[in-house]
Amino acid sequence: MSLPIDANPRFAAYAHPERLVTTEWLAANLSAPGLVILESNEDFLLYDTGHIANAVKVDWHTDLNDEDTRDYVDGEAFAQLMASKGISRDSTVVIYGDKSNWWAAYALWVFTLFGHEDVRLLDGGRDKWIAEGRELTREKPVITQTGYPVITRDDNAIRAFLPEVLEHFGKPMIDVRSTEEYTGERTHMPAYPEEGTLRGGHIPSAASVPWALAAADDGTFRSREELEEIYLSNAGLTAGDDIIAYCRIGERSSHTWFALQFLLGFENVRNYDGSWTEWGNAVRVPIVKGIEPGAVPAGYGA
Amino acid sequence: MSELPKELAEIVDDFQAVTERERLELLLEFSEELPALPQRFADHPDLLEQVVECQSPLFLTIEVEPEGQRNVSLFFSAPPEAPTTRGFASILHQGLNGLPAEALLAVPDDMPNTLGLTRALTPLRLRGMTAMLGRIKRQVTERIQAPAV
Repeated sequence: MSLPIDANPRFAAYAHPERLVTTEWLAANLSAPGLVILESNEDFLLYDTGHIANAVKVDWHTDLNDEDTRDYVDGEAFAQLMASKGISRDSTVVIYGDKSNWWAAYALWVFTLFGHEDVRLLDGGRDKWIAEGRELTREKPVITQTGYPVITRDDNAIRAFLPEVLEHFGKPMIDVRSTEEYTGERTHMPAYPEEGTLRGGHIPSAASVPWALAAADDGTFRSREELEEIYLSNAGLTAGDDIIAYCRIGERSSHTWFALQFLLGFENVRNYDGSWTEWGNAVRVPIVKGIEPGAVPAGYGA
Repeated sequence: MSELPKELAEIVDDFQAVTERERLELLLEFSEELPALPQRFADHPDLLEQVVECQSPLFLTIEVEPEGQRNVSLFFSAPPEAPTTRGFASILHQGLNGLPAEALLAVPDDMPNTLGLTRALTPLRLRGMTAMLGRIKRQVTERIQAPAV
């Protein structure tokens, strides 16, 4: 049973306004039957310091990733996870988190791999809720175990793997990392390696559109008009484009995937979750350094 | 492997004695015990070094006694919305604050991996704590090698 959508006029211009709720809407629906509120953060302990009433914690690493493969959980593990969080197949799920909802968007993207129909983001996330002086609690929610069907994960529609990215050359790609990561110039103090990625730079021809451009200062998504300016006018995307977005491990690009798919209405957007930690290390895949996107490498593309 | 100072060894033992879930609760308790910066540093954030390897902003600095065993005082600053980072800082504070420079420098660089948190927190998150320790040790080395002022 789905809850009514948030008819706030702020969302009306988006392609899928049903994918967002305001803090006002959530505050009014905290105990609504059929609603499960999930908190998904970068900081593992943040939920435990205080959370929205009735919210349940979900962690991208311990809940959504499979420990032994570099992959997401399978249908059975997802069904168990959902049951343990009190989520049914027809639950309305509202996800929020820290850092302008990166990790919330990431969780929402994983839910979408399993085709969970009604999953929404709290616009502005945890920070906006707190900034408005709304209440947090440490009280653990009472979870009623549910049944959730075993659904086969669909990795075709919204997920891209490395070979598919190679085949994608000639079509638009969006690199959502910071400019320093895009150019490959990010430097670190000697003896303090940031990460095990061997090469710095970006996938040839990918446009640089740091994810945070899609978020306003209060962490909410920018208006449709502003998003069109960013992704259509400036990054050159056009209606009907088939797009791949990536970052470092696919979390920031989930935020951009959400904006492109649900706010601007692109129907073919895939998140390359291998992202730079795979591409930057892979053998015989080309990269480009510097601020220019660079050309499609010889031998690839149409 | 070098010896852990007694205080830090006890903390490591406490973590290892309990389940993973309890370790996380313990880390949360540590995060709440991190002392605020003394006024002389709170007024001068420029005196602190940022640990950029942490996923959330963390700043630290040290003071070393000019003579004797060169005891080291540790100072950390991290926002309340970064409890994991605060927890790591607090473990180092409770385990190492006030110790002689020599004892602090003998702490193994991989000490954060002995807390039993790697699975729950990811190696990436633990890297921040390793970096804090590394930077503290580097500052201590610089300070005890510097000519007396």
